[in-house]
Amino acid sequence: MNRDSNGYTFGFAAAMVLVVASVLAFTASSLKDLQSENVRKEKMQNILSTIGIETDREGAEVLFNQYITEQLALKNDGSIDASVDAFSDVKLSFELKKDAQDQRFPLYVASVDANQYYIIPLRGSGLWDAIWGYIALDNDRNTIKGAVFDHKGETAGLGAEITQQWFMDRFVGEKIFNTSGDLVGISVSKTNNDPNDTDKDDHEVDAISGATITGDGVSDMIIERLQHYLPYLKATSADLAYNN
Amino acid sequence: MSQPKSNKKPAIFFVSKESEPLFSKKNRALLKDPLDDNNPITVQVLGICSALAITVQLKPAVVMTLSVIAVMGASNVIVSILRNAIPNRIRIIVQLVVVASMVILVDQVLRAFAYDVSKQLSIFIGLIITNCIVMGRLEAFALGNGVWKSFLDGVGNAAGYGFMLILVAFFRELLGSGKLYGYQVIPDALYEMGYENNGLMLLSPMALITLGLIIWVQRARNRKLIEKN
Repeated sequence: MNRDSNGYTFGFAAAMVLVVASVLAFTASSLKDLQSENVRKEKMQNILSTIGIETDREGAEVLFNQYITEQLALKNDGSIDASVDAFSDVKLSFELKKDAQDQRFPLYVASVDANQYYIIPLRGSGLWDAIWGYIALDNDRNTIKGAVFDHKGETAGLGAEITQQWFMDRFVGEKIFNTSGDLVGISVSKTNNDPNDTDKDDHEVDAISGATITGDGVSDMIIERLQHYLPYLKATSADLAYNN
Repeated sequence: MSQPKSNKKPAIFFVSKESEPLFSKKNRALLKDPLDDNNPITVQVLGICSALAITVQLKPAVVMTLSVIAVMGASNVIVSILRNAIPNRIRIIVQLVVVASMVILVDQVLRAFAYDVSKQLSIFIGLIITNCIVMGRLEAFALGNGVWKSFLDGVGNAAGYGFMLILVAFFRELLGSGKLYGYQVIPDALYEMGYENNGLMLLSPMALITLGLIIWVQRARNRKLIEKN
């Protein structure tokens, strides 16, 4: 057979595309359940870790159902949209593309040892790609109980360090409202002058050298996401305990 | 542009017909040469792009090495099996498709069965496709050699690539972050005496300089590499 003829070339290309496409499609669809199960459990694991409950991926589901008492999908005005399941229906990557009034804002309420925690999912942009995470507010809806961050493609050793425990620990105890009750969020700051983050009233954490853009992304993501929860936080708590 | 003459034989699905032991001297050379004499990175200067990108820490470098070994071994074997059927004019596209499918397969399997490893790899796994060494070996070796030899050649070259990757990552992580494989190795006492990590080591230019120094040492040590002119 003439391997240089046009017919053979076209035939080979067509056969190759068919074979490759079916092999890949078969693998992708047969592994899909396992993969999305991993992603789902990791999400539970991340949510739990913001309130200080560390678990492996396998144990996440049981603990999640035990501690997370409410999963709310909020509208822009702070009311609850009961028709939407916050955990599985709301994908922030899609929600962020909508107008604010069409978005649903997921909120997880956890109760651990009679303490209520409010866990807010975050998503924004880093230097190269998306960054996301969860932030847990204490009972006063002001102090941060814990934060967890993750990223898609930040630089290893620099921006990717936002996933390190020491960076996430810096947020613990910081306040998102200032003393006059305005939402200020938390800034990842290069001029913090507080490398150990002992000052918990400055609304700032120390930035990572060489990760300026990723750090700014974290700051922007926190304030942008939190502001949508203001109506809910104000409505459910008449005496929001500001910075005290 | 032309393929070697030995391709006139019908497709060979098994070990080459010459009754040669599996690990004959020639075959061992296929594995061994890329580690030193013919290293893809330091001698052929291929695959530099990914060598700069993922040598900040040891861990991604090690995982990348393992993935490249798997992808190169498998794609060399596939292309070698198909080498008498691949139309000459679209052979580069065929190689690309083979490599890309292998990478996607590896990625999918990792995501399902080793989720944590796949999270570490994240973007690096996509980088395998762009690695010049993979295509280079397919084009230069697998298209003209038997299955077993191609397999050895793929694994050998991937190992040579990975060896350099790990070597560079070792120095960059040690001097840049004071850690190895994520664990701190430089004692706190040294930091208290005023030692500082060199932040420049974390940036790509230092990978190139480290690589340059490695090439210098290798050329001084290995007589075969000394150029005569």
